[in-house]
Amino acid sequence: MTASTTNNPVLEIKNLQKNFGKLQVLKGITETIYEGEKIAVIGPSGGGKSTFLRCLNCMEDPNGGSIMFEGEDIADMHVDINQHREHIGMVFQSFNLFNNKTVLQNIMLAPVHLGCAKLKKQKRKNAMIRISAPFRSILKAIDKKHAQKYDRQPVELTTTPQQIKAEAEKTAMRLLQRIGLEEKANVYPSTLSGGQKQRIAIIRALAMNPKVMLFDEPTSALDPEMVGEVLDLIRQLGEEGMTMIIVTHEMGFAREIADRIFFISDGIISEQGTPEEFFEHPKNPRTVEFLSKVL
Amino acid sequence: MEFFTSLPKKWAVFYNTFANKNGYKEFLSGLKNTVIIAVLGLFIGIIIGTIIAAVKVIPPYKRLIRFAQRIGDVYVAFFRGTPIVVQLLLGYYVLFPAFGINLPILNVCVIIFGLNSGAYISEIMRGGINSVDPGQMEAGRALGLSFFSTMMLIVIPQAIKNILPTLGNEFITLIKETSVVGYVGATDVCVAFRYIGTNNYEFIVPYLVMALIYIVIVLFITMGIRIMERRMGRSDRVHN
Ligand SMILES: Nc1ncnc2c1ncn2[C@@H]1O[C@H](COP(=O)(O)OP(=O)(O)OP(=O)(O)O)[C@@H](O)[C@H]1O
Ligand SMILES: [Mg+2]
Repeated sequence: MTASTTNNPVLEIKNLQKNFGKLQVLKGITETIYEGEKIAVIGPSGGGKSTFLRCLNCMEDPNGGSIMFEGEDIADMHVDINQHREHIGMVFQSFNLFNNKTVLQNIMLAPVHLGCAKLKKQKRKNAMIRISAPFRSILKAIDKKHAQKYDRQPVELTTTPQQIKAEAEKTAMRLLQRIGLEEKANVYPSTLSGGQKQRIAIIRALAMNPKVMLFDEPTSALDPEMVGEVLDLIRQLGEEGMTMIIVTHEMGFAREIADRIFFISDGIISEQGTPEEFFEHPKNPRTVEFLSKVL
Repeated sequence: MEFFTSLPKKWAVFYNTFANKNGYKEFLSGLKNTVIIAVLGLFIGIIIGTIIAAVKVIPPYKRLIRFAQRIGDVYVAFFRGTPIVVQLLLGYYVLFPAFGINLPILNVCVIIFGLNSGAYISEIMRGGINSVDPGQMEAGRALGLSFFSTMMLIVIPQAIKNILPTLGNEFITLIKETSVVGYVGATDVCVAFRYIGTNNYEFIVPYLVMALIYIVIVLFITMGIRIMERRMGRSDRVHN
């Protein structure tokens, strides 16, 4: 483990299962991922790496098991998954920048929209509290035993939509500066190179202040000369202590950055370990066979 | 031959009625109604069509969703399965009176045309939504946006851009179809020219001019669509 890794679990995955129809793709995965950890997920095509990753933010709804995140089991269909997804960044192989939005709008959209939605909700709540005040005081007088149950104060609003927007824009510009693309703020994604798109997709996720970042083959759709710039950015995030789970075919990168390697084949983590253990002394014959092909 | 040689005289008769006997007033009020029915009809149609299409693409996990989708199917089947004239007659003489609703004929036409084009536009819009890369929805959901928000902010704007030419065709169809509102007593371009013709029982020139007017309207719309397409194409341009 590197210095930045702590003992606070971020994701506790228990017996995670996923089927597509009759096909069982994940056959029970149990793992805990700690704050600051960098996990590289590798394995043969069709082994279930993407499915595993996509289950972690319920882009695919798990069919069994549990995933504890922020004190809730997000595999449970009753939790508000949107609220948790705000804190789980995801980066796709095909970037998926919003085509109808400029670069700046891409980065600001979710923070502004979600921030304003929360503000509106609180405003509505406050209004309800004010309107219901007379009724509550009556109930309070009648139901003396539980008097304090009827005491409710409106929450003071500390921000405005304008402030949220200004804040989001500041963050977005800071992030763009960080990757040296501030002059691209007002262009549309179709005008960018693959490497630029992917780096913007990464900072778009960062703008939400995620607790963990999920990467699904972030460099597989890139021209070789652009792979480096994207890996550099991911490496930087890792050095800053971001918790990351990265599905990748870049063995060198996995070896360099990862605290632990998960080898997923046939729907289970059939082997895992530190890069040295994993690459130097693989135990599972399946791993040996895989490594002999890719190294 | 006589048909052609008599044309100048017939034109003079038409022109007299049109310019001096208030024919132009009839025409203008007809044109106004045609445009109102088509424009408002399209507007209502886009709203209804978008709602039906958006409901249609929700993953049908909940029973309520499946129920809403079924209602959408029945709606589309009804409005695509009956002629617009039948819908107008049913609406004006049967349905609205049955519910005790007494609306001016123009409003009835707007509503019926809106409901009708809603059915067609829902199918167009569904195609548009399906043409948008599913990765766009995934990216929105992964950021914590709801299905609805992502749909409204990301997917539908792109869908509309993709279907703009088809939507323009729908508008043109709508303009032309309004020519049947005379059946329920509304005055449109078509009724206006029939009225002008009836004045002297001379229909040849009025009907020729009428056809010309429809062509001009359609050409105008076509131009408008081109301009809009160019504007909305911004995000596709290589240089900004
Ligand atoms: N939406 C889906 N519907 C049906 N089957 C699916 C779906 N997604 C994945 N699968 C199947 O699940 C299995 C695992 O797929 P997954 O994409 O997780 O593999 P992977 O390890 O990411 O492979 P690759 O290295 O090719 O990306 C495959 O057999 C695949 O065909
Ligand atoms: Mg994959």
